[in-house]
Amino acid sequence: MDLLNLTAIELGKRIKAKEVAVADAVRAVLTQAKAVEPEINSYVTLDEAGALAQAEEIQKKIDSGELTGPLAGVPAAVKDNLCIEGQLTTCSSKILSNYIPTFTAEAVKNLQRAGAVILGKTNMDEFAMGSTTETSYYGPTKNPHNLMHVPGGSSGGSCAGLAAQECFYALGSDTGGSIRQPSSFCGVVGLKPTYGTVSRYGLVAYGSSLDQIGPVAKDVADCAAILEAIASHDEKDSTSVQREDYDFTSALADDVKGMKIGIPRDYMREGLDPEVADAIWDAAKVLEQRGAVIEEFDLSLVKYAIPAYYVIASAEASSNLERFDGVKYGYRTPDYEGLHNMYKKTRSEGFGAEVKRRIMLGSFVLSSGYYDAYYLKALRVKALIKQAFDKAFERYDVILGPAAPTTAPELGKSLSDPMKMYLGDIYTISVNLAGLPGMVVPVGKDSKGLPVGMQMIGNSFQEKTLIRAAYTYECATEKQYEAPADVTAAVERAAGNTAAENPSCRQPLGGTSMPEVEPQDGENRNQKTGREA
Amino acid sequence: MANKISDETMEYVGILAKLELSAQEQEAAKSDMEKMLDYIDTLNELDTSGVEPMSHVFPVHNVFREDVVTNGDNKERTLANAPLRKDDSFEVPKTIG
Repeated sequence: MDLLNLTAIELGKRIKAKEVAVADAVRAVLTQAKAVEPEINSYVTLDEAGALAQAEEIQKKIDSGELTGPLAGVPAAVKDNLCIEGQLTTCSSKILSNYIPTFTAEAVKNLQRAGAVILGKTNMDEFAMGSTTETSYYGPTKNPHNLMHVPGGSSGGSCAGLAAQECFYALGSDTGGSIRQPSSFCGVVGLKPTYGTVSRYGLVAYGSSLDQIGPVAKDVADCAAILEAIASHDEKDSTSVQREDYDFTSALADDVKGMKIGIPRDYMREGLDPEVADAIWDAAKVLEQRGAVIEEFDLSLVKYAIPAYYVIASAEASSNLERFDGVKYGYRTPDYEGLHNMYKKTRSEGFGAEVKRRIMLGSFVLSSGYYDAYYLKALRVKALIKQAFDKAFERYDVILGPAAPTTAPELGKSLSDPMKMYLGDIYTISVNLAGLPGMVVPVGKDSKGLPVGMQMIGNSFQEKTLIRAAYTYECATEKQYEAPADVTAAVERAAGNTAAENPSCRQPLGGTSMPEVEPQDGENRNQKTGREA
Repeated sequence: MANKISDETMEYVGILAKLELSAQEQEAAKSDMEKMLDYIDTLNELDTSGVEPMSHVFPVHNVFREDVVTNGDNKERTLANAPLRKDDSFEVPKTIG
């Protein structure tokens, strides 16, 4: 039995039945992570010793009957913008490259209460600003399905790490598509909950009115179980919502009879890769055959979502990132003259280009004389976009479409033209503006072998409808998670290279730190050095 | 209409953003921002008169809770993150002349 092929729920069952020890599951993923990390780079921090120590604790609690949930003992990875007490939390930025939080994010605490073993922190676009994970200070993450391509972003490390079987599930965050787009690119299931469903306490803020934490999973059942574990009303987050229901797994029903699904014409037209379009239509037909009613409709204002988003997100980012000033934590420039020079030099040296670009734009649109014309205008457009969705949900239970216009782009092709990169967020971004839940499930691959994801958008608090539709699709297609061929090849290469001195599974892993990865190019080398700073 | 941003505006934004850009970075930032603003100007195609700005999607306003201390004394661990520390304080450059 290969443990790595199990879903989180399947592994949880075997752990509960005493067929698998928590420590063995942890060792299996750690071994896999060490084998593929030189190729994939999903993790900023892989906490081997900590994971094995947690495994021991959690095993005891399972044995004593204290922990009985479906995720007890299952190893997970957490995006590096979620604080964990005592563990490096970098947001993949130089400015936080030495930051050790004194508290744990509520979503992670909820996972810990459910018995998760936290393996480490995953790579991301710096401060979650980007769509490729290439803006990370720690170098890009690669797509496990094709190492020449990006995993998407900003939760690229979480999605690639899961696809490469370096964890059994992961947490991501989604401000404009940062869970859904990389889930689509990496062939995994990702869900961005309704705003307010998961506490943002301990999530390093980017665009506070848009950010939500959500699960990245191997299948729909895992996704529902993880959401059930992390969602909670939290007094520490003033935007946290007390929901009527948190029993998301009750929606795992193979039934979409009579479900009304709308496909926005604007989503399926120009700019959409024909192979992606075909995969989405095929998936819609599957749901239609299962009894759903599929209709095309005009969701208005689609083209205004991106400009409105970049005003609002940049404005909030410029305000949220003011706190990084080299005074209380994080990086401080070594040479400065006086306080203001220290602030400026610290921030200029500590932030990367994309973060600076958004802080500048945000500062501009909030400045006096421009505030009304840009910031308030964008908030008014946001109200109109929300109204357009409200109108659509009077007729439909689910809005279905792609998550991105293409499959994963090649590495190094996106950052030179930020405007073009921003346009890639067209199908995901309006969901954040309207605070809605959105879910992505894999529905096929293009001719290059890169995954295509279908996005389903629900009305506020209707995650269960999305889960039911996604589960029905999964049942109908008998789709099961499988490891990408590229990763298998990477593992085999790694095993071949080190077979002599490291017979993988049999070697105890405790106490040692991750071996220094051999960088593949000059740029990577510099960034990797930053990891030790 | 193509947006043109003056060097003075860029310097002002730099002060607001507390960023010090090199001449080359400043040129690039200016050109990026002009392009973004041109794009953002498409919002002006929409008539939003009479539409209230929406800062929050749900009708949630001020949320209060009792100010009760629930965490313990984190002083040492908090100060451990300080780039520069003097006794029990964060050390910063002189702020008052």
